[in-house]
Amino acid sequence: MKAALAALILFWLALPAFAVNPDEMLKDPALEARARTISEGLRCLVCQNESIDDSDADLAHEIRVLVRQRLAAGDTDDQVRQFLVDRYGEFVLLKPVLAPHTLVLWLAAPTLLIAGAIVIFVAARRRKPQPAPALTPDERAALEDLRKPATGAEPDLKSRGF
Amino acid sequence: MSIELGHFAFILAFAVAAVSAVAGFWAWRDNARVTLLVRQGAVMQFVLVTASFAALIEAFVTSDFSLALAYEHSHSLQPLLFKVTSVWGNHEGSMVLWVMILTLMGAAVALLGRNLPGELLTLVLAMQSLLTAAFAGFTLFTSNPFLRLSPAPIEGQELNPILQDIGLAIHPPLLYTGYVGFSICFSFAIAALTSGRIDAAWARWVRPWALLSWCFLTLGIAMGSYWAYYELGWGGWWFWDPVENASFMPWLAGTALLHSALVMEKRNALKIWTIFLSLITFSLSLLGTFMVRSGVLTSVHSFASDPTRGLVILALLAFFIGGGFVLFAFRASSLRAGGLFAPISREGALILNNLFLTTALSGVFVGTLYPLVLEALTGKTISVGAPFFSLTFGALMVPLLIVVPFGPFLAWKRGDLVAVTQRLAGAAGAAIFVTVLIFALAGASVSLAPFGLLLGFWAAFGAIAELVDRAGFGRMPIGHSLRRLVGLPRSAFSTALAHFGLGISVIGIVTATAWQLELITTMQPGTTQTIGAYTLRFDGVQNASIDNYTAEIGRFTVTTPGSVDRQMIPERRIYVASGTPTTEADIETYGFSQLYVQLGEQSADGSRVVRAWFKPYVTLIWFGAILMALAGFVSLTDRRLRVGVPRRAPARPEPVPAE
Repeated sequence: MKAALAALILFWLALPAFAVNPDEMLKDPALEARARTISEGLRCLVCQNESIDDSDADLAHEIRVLVRQRLAAGDTDDQVRQFLVDRYGEFVLLKPVLAPHTLVLWLAAPTLLIAGAIVIFVAARRRKPQPAPALTPDERAALEDLRKPATGAEPDLKSRGF
Repeated sequence: MSIELGHFAFILAFAVAAVSAVAGFWAWRDNARVTLLVRQGAVMQFVLVTASFAALIEAFVTSDFSLALAYEHSHSLQPLLFKVTSVWGNHEGSMVLWVMILTLMGAAVALLGRNLPGELLTLVLAMQSLLTAAFAGFTLFTSNPFLRLSPAPIEGQELNPILQDIGLAIHPPLLYTGYVGFSICFSFAIAALTSGRIDAAWARWVRPWALLSWCFLTLGIAMGSYWAYYELGWGGWWFWDPVENASFMPWLAGTALLHSALVMEKRNALKIWTIFLSLITFSLSLLGTFMVRSGVLTSVHSFASDPTRGLVILALLAFFIGGGFVLFAFRASSLRAGGLFAPISREGALILNNLFLTTALSGVFVGTLYPLVLEALTGKTISVGAPFFSLTFGALMVPLLIVVPFGPFLAWKRGDLVAVTQRLAGAAGAAIFVTVLIFALAGASVSLAPFGLLLGFWAAFGAIAELVDRAGFGRMPIGHSLRRLVGLPRSAFSTALAHFGLGISVIGIVTATAWQLELITTMQPGTTQTIGAYTLRFDGVQNASIDNYTAEIGRFTVTTPGSVDRQMIPERRIYVASGTPTTEADIETYGFSQLYVQLGEQSADGSRVVRAWFKPYVTLIWFGAILMALAGFVSLTDRRLRVGVPRRAPARPEPVPAE
């Protein structure tokens, strides 16, 4: 995070425009809302891990316009995404698809959670049943002292190591 | 001249660190002279590195451009503050800051640790010196900040304009203190593994360091997040960028470490796990600081890096992280397991906390590194971005947030879940009531927002409920309860405050995400637009020339019922030296909410593109983080931590009050 944002300059500042422009937006608010939902999940390919909504690179602008053109042409959200994946590759999706090559990515955390839960469960069961050790004669005597009805004299616990 | 003195001091610090490390590991067993040597060595390293850092600052402040680093990253027109921060606004200088904080931590242990067992102290400081030697060596041999230019240029280039911000004065030092503070936990873990000795006293020593580092890391991350929020211009506050993740992973591990060290200190259990977390937390800190510089991860934050540096960094990471875990694998079994407890108990709850935190950590870790590994192995390129992390991380935070209020209520060793649930019923009821009320007032939409809000209120109210319950409100006269509340140990307050802060942050995240309003439009001077309850009037644009930049300053007037009109002045700047343009958004705070206005470019017809966002309760995100850090500092002042430090050979065992 360091000199945080250092290289941001390289990507951002060289470019004058900033993110979504008014002239890009669709007249139909419902369609525009769909466009925004889709573009939040699309990567600006020439930037670093940013959605096209947050980027002002020319390519991001192009994809934003493209998304809106496809939507205006009547594509469903999935068709728009598929169109972009066909054109730019899977790299364009910020949320990777679930496929053989991303299984590890998607399953790592859930697997660890389950494995961890099992380890904890087994460890808890293993260490539970241990009957308390029998009382030593000393302890038994101390207990008897305590059980006796109060005779006025305090049982001397300290000297027995309590 | 002072540059050469600084250079020399840094070389000397490197040498002292190397000697301390070798001597310490060579003869740590029962050797008072070596203990004295590593202690003095630790203090000396700090003094020397501080001197060299001061020499750099002097060169930057006096704009001595014969220093190559100052020439590349500073400019005589920069305000004084940014001349100083330019020192660490680059790779080489930030390395010196990093090493300085490392030696500060070592010196603190050397000075405060007089009553530590000699062998433990020697090993800890030897390990700390080894780290200093390695990273001071790396700085000297691959990224030397003390190089001169001849002939000296008359004017310097410039600090990156986006870094010319108060944020650079605060964010890196906080973050580094957090990262590097965990080196002490790492060194303690290595010392315990080397000597094979570990007990509750060890945990009592490690926990304050973990706590201190965690507080700084929390503040550093929150500060970085707020900086990005106001600087980048569209009001995003977390991007799941690899480098953000790199700072977030040690935070998650450190949070787990805090909780497990608690179990170890109080109940002498979870020893091996605590050691493991100590190792992993600092390993992730190293990863966070250095992955970026190695060029392996490309990120918006990364420094330009060259391949030699990258290789040396990876070798150092492999040495320390790999070495630590090899030692762990061989020696961990020699540590005995400790106290017994039932599954339903404070210990059990803390284990659950650790399970969720480490799983979330692994999710972030895999998500950050998987694309690199996949590309290296198969050549396939995929992106793992915010939608992936929000989903996986969010899913793991849900059970954690549900469990959080239960933890402090459960007794050590064996707790009663039914009784605790009854005592938390009030908090649950209040959380549900408030959530329903908010949605009735704000208008519910079909989303996960109500659930997120409910979790936030549950964590916050649960934390208050714990204090209310422990003070006995409702069960005894108010005056008596108040006296009990005041008399509660600070640790009770810090736990409640931290969990309360967590809830507050969650509430802020949910509200700012679910109810954000956006306005993207073009405006002619004199026209108005509305966003929510706010009317924005565009009064025009002025040009100005200030210090080292020229600016177009937009003037807006915001009118809203119940508040006086306010002026907002977002800017577009051009920095003179580099010709770099930046946009400076303006933010007005209303209660906990913020109005965020950004001035866009001019259109052909003389109108301006204007982007504005209303972010309801967005400041709660950072307030929550500050509360969490504050809670950590409160806990550090707890009497039990201060007097709990083991004293050498007490004449008589003192009676310990039962917990």
